[in-house]
Amino acid sequence: MAGPYLSATAMRGGYGKADILNGCTLTVERGQIAVIVGPNGAGKSTAMKAVFGMLHLREGQVALAGEDITHLSPQERVRKGMGFVPQTHNIFPTMTVEENLEMGAFIREDDYRDTMAQVYELFPAVADKRKQNAGELSGGQRQQVAVGRALMTKPSLLMLDEPTAGVSPIVMDELFDRIIEVARTGISILMVEQNARQALEIADIGYVLVQGANRYTDSGQALLADPEVRRTFLGG
Amino acid sequence: MDILNALVAILNFVVIPAASYGAQLALGALGVTLIYGILRFSNFAHGDTMAFGAALVILITWGLQSIGVSLGPLPTALLALPFGIALTAVFILGTDRVVYRFYRSKRSAPIILVMASVGVMFIMNGLTRLIIGVDEIRFDDGARFLITVQQFRAWTGLSEGLSLRVSQALTLVVTALACWALFRFLNRSRAGKAMRAYSDNEDLALLSGIDPERVVRLTWIIATALAVTAGTLYGLDKSFKVFNYFQILLPIFAAAIVGGLGNPLGAVAGGFIVAFSEVAVTYPWRKIATYLGFQPDGLLQLLSTEYKFAVSFVILIVVLLFRPTGLFRGKSV
Repeated sequence: MAGPYLSATAMRGGYGKADILNGCTLTVERGQIAVIVGPNGAGKSTAMKAVFGMLHLREGQVALAGEDITHLSPQERVRKGMGFVPQTHNIFPTMTVEENLEMGAFIREDDYRDTMAQVYELFPAVADKRKQNAGELSGGQRQQVAVGRALMTKPSLLMLDEPTAGVSPIVMDELFDRIIEVARTGISILMVEQNARQALEIADIGYVLVQGANRYTDSGQALLADPEVRRTFLGG
Repeated sequence: MDILNALVAILNFVVIPAASYGAQLALGALGVTLIYGILRFSNFAHGDTMAFGAALVILITWGLQSIGVSLGPLPTALLALPFGIALTAVFILGTDRVVYRFYRSKRSAPIILVMASVGVMFIMNGLTRLIIGVDEIRFDDGARFLITVQQFRAWTGLSEGLSLRVSQALTLVVTALACWALFRFLNRSRAGKAMRAYSDNEDLALLSGIDPERVVRLTWIIATALAVTAGTLYGLDKSFKVFNYFQILLPIFAAAIVGGLGNPLGAVAGGFIVAFSEVAVTYPWRKIATYLGFQPDGLLQLLSTEYKFAVSFVILIVVLLFRPTGLFRGKSV
């Protein structure tokens, strides 16, 4: 297959009349971790939502594994292999952890017990609480359930909208470790992060967005080393 | 001996009537709470869904009786109930197609759907009156009593009697079965879990590939089945009168809100809480106080039965003021 696994090119669009995305391009290779960082209001989450089809694009296109999916609904994109973890409201709070995972696998007709076992292996902390309501878990564990739910469809591209928002630094490190593990299984990751420095450390490729357009694109390490990026976005 | 008599009197005049009334409210409140959880509005037409369904059940009962079908000691209405449920469900799905779906697709505010349901309520109320009339109808055939006062006195030798009507026992048994089936469905089956998921987080349910229209249809059918069952049991227990079902809407909503809107377990608990409060407040306790050795001057009745709906009102207001999400933490109103 030629070209990157996910390629979203020259995306333009927004919610109202004014565009939020002004020619934003994101590509992710198989098994890569791509991180979108940038100042508030840069359109980071919007860019990800556009990739997932939650935003109408005026221009540009989205292709997954070489197939044009620009006009598919989010639900159809899930069937094509995309998994999405929203920033908030990403679990079913009055359902047990196990039921959350079952709902993640709702579209699957085959036996998904293997996948569930893999998710529990990845997140042993929530495996112990499988019969507990997800809404009763701590913030970090909820995020694990949310990621686990998205993994139940066996996605080839997992999209995470600020997975570490509102969790403690220790939990954040652990979540990042888990995300690296997920990427090692060959799943591509596209992630929006507020904690830019830590996120870029694990990123194979980093996108710095400003006003809905790409400002810098490089490997995570290169962006961290770039004095210009450090000065303007990483606080020195 | 007096304490025994007092206990029997409490059982006979408070516990048994309140339990069967509570069961009827619970079934009604379950329907209200399910619709609130899934469609996110308070369905004012629920009481008249009960009336409409019960009216159809009565018509079918009459039909069955005229061709000589009966269930022996049990009321024939029990046999007519599944048909009544099916017909009412078809009608209710029709109202969804004609009325609610339009507002749902526009993502209208809940209050607009509530108002639409008030319209549906008036139409269903009129239809029911047109179909079966406004008079009081008794349709409980079969045996009337499981235990009569005379039998009870003969067995126990107590001066205080106790009776258990077939309709009361039937209400409790049918409600227990319906709740068991409903909770099993919601907790075990794929479709039931999809309903709960949709109620919990609509957007995430969509992302998970759950078809919202299917969930909505299923919810209407289940809520209708519960409503028609409740309406029929209420009619068997207390006689059928169209207007009564409009009035019962208040205690049903009180029950659903006390338990926490959207929470099925809460609806059942709420039904019994409202029923027991209503009966306890409107029952004259003089007889029981006398058995216990007091000599009260008055009837010891806190509120005359004409004002029984005030109890629901007070419960509703107290809950909304102090615990708006209800006892079992449902959605806040």
